Order: sequence, then C-alpha cells, then structure tokens
Amino acid sequence: MALYEKTAHELHELLTAKKISAAELTANIFSRVDEVENKIGAYLTLTRDAAEAQAKIVDEKISRGEKISALEGIPCAVKDNICTKGIRTTCASKILENFVPPYDATAYQKLLAQNCVIVGKANLDEFAMGSSTENSGFHTTHNPRDLERVPGGSSGGSTAAVAGGEAIFALGSDTGGSIRQPASFCGVVGFKPTYGRVSRYGLVAFASSLDQIGPITRDVTDCALVLNAICGLDEMDSTSTAATVPDFTKSLVADVKGLKIGLPKEYFVKGIDPEIESAVKNVAKKFESLGAEIFEISLPHTEYAIATYYLIAPAEAATNLERYDGVSYGARVDGADVVEMMTNTRTEKFGEEVKRRIMIGNYALSAGYYDAYYLKALKVRTLIQKDFTDAFEKLDLILTPTTPNVAFKIGEMVSDPLKMYLQDICTVPVNLAGLPGISVPCGVNKNNLPMGFQLIGKALDEETILRAAFAYETAL
Amino acid sequence: MKISEQDIKTVATLSRLRIRAEEEADVLFQLNKILTYVENLQTLDTSNVEPTTYALPMQNVFRADKVKPSLDRDLALSNAPLKEDGYFKVPRVLEV
Repeated sequence: MALYEKTAHELHELLTAKKISAAELTANIFSRVDEVENKIGAYLTLTRDAAEAQAKIVDEKISRGEKISALEGIPCAVKDNICTKGIRTTCASKILENFVPPYDATAYQKLLAQNCVIVGKANLDEFAMGSSTENSGFHTTHNPRDLERVPGGSSGGSTAAVAGGEAIFALGSDTGGSIRQPASFCGVVGFKPTYGRVSRYGLVAFASSLDQIGPITRDVTDCALVLNAICGLDEMDSTSTAATVPDFTKSLVADVKGLKIGLPKEYFVKGIDPEIESAVKNVAKKFESLGAEIFEISLPHTEYAIATYYLIAPAEAATNLERYDGVSYGARVDGADVVEMMTNTRTEKFGEEVKRRIMIGNYALSAGYYDAYYLKALKVRTLIQKDFTDAFEKLDLILTPTTPNVAFKIGEMVSDPLKMYLQDICTVPVNLAGLPGISVPCGVNKNNLPMGFQLIGKALDEETILRAAFAYETAL
Repeated sequence: MKISEQDIKTVATLSRLRIRAEEEADVLFQLNKILTYVENLQTLDTSNVEPTTYALPMQNVFRADKVKPSLDRDLALSNAPLKEDGYFKVPRVLEV
C-alpha cells in the first residue's frame, strides 16, 4: 500500500518508528497530486513550499528524539472557506479570488500547532452553497471513485482529496450536510460535530446558526484524532461551547452492547434508493448482532426540514454576504457612484446559486413576508429539534442513510436547484437541531459507487457516535 | 405565482444585485418553484411554538474587558480594492 493511501494513525506509527520521514511522506503526497490532480481537481491552491518546510520541522524534531503528536507531519487539505493567514482563501468565489486573510481560523491554527502539513486549499461550492462542487467559481471537482460523477458538496474538494490520495485527512464545513454527503459519495468518513464544538472563528460565514467545521478522514480512528485537535472553547467565537472536550480516542471501543439505536421511518420512504435503504438496514442488523437494540421510531417533522432549511440558511446567508460590497476587501467592479459600484461588483462576481440564495433570503426577511417565511421557519425549527429531543429520551443514537442516492453524474442536476436542495434531506435536520452526526461508508452499490450511513447523537455526545462507528468498522 | 417580476426587481435592489433581461424569466421560474415548495410549512400550526434561532441554549457570553493587540492597520488594509492615506477609498457617496 502506498503511503498516500494510509491512515494518519498508521503513518504516525511509521514516523515514530523512523521507517519513513515526514519529508518522504510529503513528497509522496505531492507526487500523487502531480499524478491525479488534473483529473480530480480537488484543490484551488497548493502550498507545496510551506508543506515541505513544515515536514522538515517535524523531521528535525524526530531526529532530536522528541515525541511527536498524533497528527504531526500528516498531510491534510483545508477547505477554502477556512481562513489561512498569508494563503489565498477564495470560498471558490470570484469575489474573493485574490483575498489573502490577515489571520488564521482557529481550527486551522490548531492543526498548525500540531505541525500538520498543509497540502493546499480545497475546492467547494461557492460560499459552501451546493451539494456537488459544481457551483465553484473556478472548476468542478471530480469524484475519485468515478470521474464522471460529482464528489458531493459543498466540501467536495476536501473529500475528493482524501478519497483520491491527495491528502490523508481534511477539514470541511457542514451547514446542511456539506461534510457528510460528500463523505458518503466518496466512500470516506465525515463528521459534523455538535454546533459550538469547533470554533467558527475564521470560517467564512454562510449560515451562522448552522455552520460547523469538522473532519473528513479515512477511518473512525483518524476522525477521533482530528476532533481531539480541533474542538474546544474559543473566546473569538462567542457561540463556541465551554463544555469539556473529552479525549475522543477513549471512545474507540468496539462495544455497542445495550446501545439503543433508532431507525426513523421518515428516512426510509419513497425517493430513497432501494440499494441504500437495504444497505442501511443491514447496518442496523450488524449493530443488532453486536448487541445493540434497534427501535423503529418516528421523527414526524422530517418532511418540513428542507423547506425550513432553505428559508433559514438563505436568510442568514443574505445577511452574512452583505459584507461583499467592494469596499474593504474582495473584488470591486467600478461604477458611477457607490451603490452602482456595489451592484456591479456583486452582480459580476457572485455566481448564480449564491445570487439565488441571497434573493430568497432577502425576500424571506423583507417587510410583509418575514412572519410568513422566516419566522415560520424558525418555529418549525423548534418542532424539528423537539422531534430529536423526544426521540433521545429513550435512545442513544439514530441511524439513517446519509444521502437518498449515490453520487450523481456531473451536470445531471445543475438546471434544477430545487432537486439539488432535496439531496440534503437526510442531513439538514441534524444542523437545524445542532446535533453531531457522522457518515460512515457501508459498501458499494451494483455500479461500484460508495454508499454511507449516518449516525446522529445527542448534543455534545460525539463519543457514543464514535464508539458505534468504530464498532461497525471493526466488525467489517 | 408566489413572486412577481416587480417583487424580483425590489428584492434585487435590496440585495444590490442586477438581474439581466435575459435571465429574468429563469430567475422568476426558479424562485417561484422554491417558494412554492416551502409553502408546505404553512400547513403546520405553529401558533403556540416559540422560534429557535440557535440550536443550543446560549446566554450572554462575556470575556475580560482588557485591551489586546488588534490587527495592524496596513494588514487590515492589505486586501482593500482601493486605499489612500490609511483609509478605504470609495466612489463619491454624497452629491456636492
């Protein structure tokens, strides 16, 4: 097995045993990038020089006999909506094409503090708005498992990098499924932590009450290691939680005996690919054979989740994206006066989907429609959250498919935004409720395309999710 | 039709966006389709339901009121499309 195919924990063993050097590992990743990047297109910016310099620091530490941390020297990709000081951060938008952040996002800084090796900044749907990475203002990323298909989105570049051997792990962000859906499409592990677990400082805001940074990895152990690195209270993000951060590797115990897992019937309805449905039901059987108890449950407001999400997220986005006005940073297109300058800038530099969501958001927030659209959605959000609270009174976890279908072909859905929105049916309720959720691969369909299942946990209970996911992975 | 051509023009102005004539029909079609879809929320009775803005209970968050180093001015201006004498420069706002 090539180095670029290994997990972070395997590579850590090799590094500490001095069987490989960090420089060798970094060179291996970049030679893989040179080989496949023109086919996959996972990255918007590559940071080869910085990566080599970082690897050198790690090798010096190892040669001095110093202990290295779990992610030290491990090459990773960072989604390009996460600010990296001195490294262009575009959000895959023409409006930020030349934006170089003057500061680091906290989650990225935490990786730097671990001496991770940053391979580059990964492609996404513009401002993380999309489910296929086709909305990138620069190029479409291809799914490494089938190059004619999308990798999912919006963290499609991060996920394709991990699945294609162009990074060992990656940071993504998840507002309505943007980590879990691409993880499912590409056959890797993706985790959206509880809202507030990871600081959003330096994550370019899309929908502030829903956005969360999380890991994309090759296995559950790596997922725990990255969570250990990035979680925690941050005074720069007043919505980050002060809850104690456990050592997530302690949850890597292959034991689900007595765990109560619910299968919500609303996630197994018409519209779900029958192959995925049967794969997820087989996962339930596997958990049962390992000693978990399976219950059929109901989350009655699930059918309202997409409508709720596609009012709340655009409303927050419309507000957050007001800042792109051509004044203090980002692109500017000149105009006769200040309003014309702003209008020209936004009209020319935002892509179609971003403009559509700004329009929906401002419509839902405008006088006369606020109560009927935005306020109504906030109230239904309460009902969706209550579905979960009620269910978790008797359960430890909820098991669902991650996506209603496998990766679709590039171009197949671009002309139908609403159809694309419905891609998020299994993942958005989790963001609306602020809960943690993971996507774990559960085999391939008849066309050899990956399928994934989702485990949803109680707020701040990432540990039970990791435990069950690890038990499943171990039992394979 | 949930949204008229006039509504779209108003929302575009509020959003500081311009809809090109050749895009108008498609924008109208797609926004109506989405707004028709979200109508399904109206079938729910929410008269006794409180709105949720943040999923987790959150109270006022305080930190020590201490002066700390802030972003250097040159760095803060480093991405400005146009600047002069340490300021952002914009087209004329007021008529003189």
